[in-house]
Amino acid sequence: MKVLVAGVSGKLGRKTALALHARGHQVAGLDRRPWPDAPAGLEIHAIDVRKRPAEDVFRRFRPDVVVHLATMAQLSLHAGSEDQLRQNLGSTRAVFDNCHRHGVRRAIFVGRHTFYGAASDAPLYHTEDEPPLEVASFPALADLVAADLYAGSAFWRFPALETVVLRLCYTLGPSRRGTLASLLQGRLVPAVLGFDPLFQILHEDDAAVAVALAVEKRFRGVFNVAGPPPLPMSRVARQAGRRLVPLPEPLLRHVLGRYGFTGLPAAALSHLKYPVVIDDRPFREATGFRHERDADRAIDDFRLGEAGAFPLP
Amino acid sequence: MHPDVRRRVERLDVAFDPHGFDRYGASREALGLFFTALRPFYRRYFQVRAHGLEHVPARGRAMLVGNHSGGMPIDALMVMASLFFELEPPRLAHGMVEKFVAPLPFVGDIARGVGQLTGLPEHALRLLGDERVLMVFPEGVRGTAKLFPQRNELVRFGTGFLRLALQAHAPIVPVACVGAGNAVPTVANAGRLGRAFGLPYVPLTPYLLPLPLPARIELYYGAPLTFPGDGNEDDEVVEQHVETVKAAIAGLIREGLGRGAA
Repeated sequence: MKVLVAGVSGKLGRKTALALHARGHQVAGLDRRPWPDAPAGLEIHAIDVRKRPAEDVFRRFRPDVVVHLATMAQLSLHAGSEDQLRQNLGSTRAVFDNCHRHGVRRAIFVGRHTFYGAASDAPLYHTEDEPPLEVASFPALADLVAADLYAGSAFWRFPALETVVLRLCYTLGPSRRGTLASLLQGRLVPAVLGFDPLFQILHEDDAAVAVALAVEKRFRGVFNVAGPPPLPMSRVARQAGRRLVPLPEPLLRHVLGRYGFTGLPAAALSHLKYPVVIDDRPFREATGFRHERDADRAIDDFRLGEAGAFPLP
Repeated sequence: MHPDVRRRVERLDVAFDPHGFDRYGASREALGLFFTALRPFYRRYFQVRAHGLEHVPARGRAMLVGNHSGGMPIDALMVMASLFFELEPPRLAHGMVEKFVAPLPFVGDIARGVGQLTGLPEHALRLLGDERVLMVFPEGVRGTAKLFPQRNELVRFGTGFLRLALQAHAPIVPVACVGAGNAVPTVANAGRLGRAFGLPYVPLTPYLLPLPLPARIELYYGAPLTFPGDGNEDDEVVEQHVETVKAAIAGLIREGLGRGAA
């Protein structure tokens, strides 16, 4: 099949493109960020998916399936401009409009499990039918939530397009990129005193296989994608060789982004207090997906990646 | 960790991963420490006697439905302890915890570590679907807020638990706790003081502090009750079933009082 990966230069974009290529698909990629040493056999275009030249790629390559990975989590301490806060929505609109216009058969939107939000009164295992709980309290997440819901609108706007919305849990591995990798970046990992939330961690190589399976199968709908059972944050930090520094919440707000602590928006603290754990049974049933690497392997590979043992592909 | 507790944790009907965590965040270590701490209270301080434990299914889903009686949910802790220490093999009772618990630092995590999740329909259905034992106190905070003279009476039951039992096709095992109201003889509830700590109230006793006295506690388990339906019945139908459960618990309380329990 001809598969176009939007957001191909990111962590999961590269892994997905390589996994699809290895499974015998013809793969092209779009990303405004370069992938200078992309392996031969992949057709990489350094183009912003929201810009008009991206449409030329759709026109010429004529993909059967499009994977939309061109979204970003705005979790930096200082949220960007209004335009930046809408980039996920903009890219999602561009991808789905192009899919519709150019006869794409199947579109996979890869979103995040943080869609559901972290709240004390939320169920431990989120299912796909639940609404997003945190849009008002976490503006930096709102754009991603909107993009996820907007992607879902393709179910009725473009009924001929087989639309799939995936909500992936945290992914981790040798690339050392992603939300969880950022949290574990420094030697000191901030924690809220008295809270040890559960984290679901999927190895990034398993995540790429999950996306590839979604490309190849013929189902449609919204699916959570997770891997091994969740682990408490303290256990994750210990395995990663990090020192968890639990501080009372008001003090933690003050030190974030200072004294060697990772910068996080204040609203992200709810994710350090309450778990966002997802139920992935429907996805496993629809695809037969099984993770091959446990959470320890993902964390160990993250550590080894630190030592340069796994350069990004 | 007490050696007997360690052995029992190993035999629980809980699938722990290699790190000792189950999929709901309960951990071998937390359960071990928790039941080690609970053991002297169960065996000696409250000298708990549990009757009718044969009514708790040895395996598979079940919903334990009980009464609250005094100040704090000591009754829930003792029901958990009775299933853990008396059943062969032991079973873990998963309580449905009030929503104010999860945001409390440390307390929320400890609760989760010993299998006690926030009282949400999603949690109840998931745990029952996983063939676990659910522990429900339909009186909720209204129940723990009972004052000493009302300790052996029942207040209004919610109906949500019964719809969930119907939906999950789970048998309801009624359980009466007699004596916990003597352990914390509440004379008044301090609402404002409680809210300052994120609690609905703080029970006040004649000796002011809400510390439990060494009162004898008895647990009476009744025969399982099953009702026809799938949880979509009219309120009147469900309320009738709730009354049946409530009457069963009231009967067990009377039986306990008749036998000379507190």
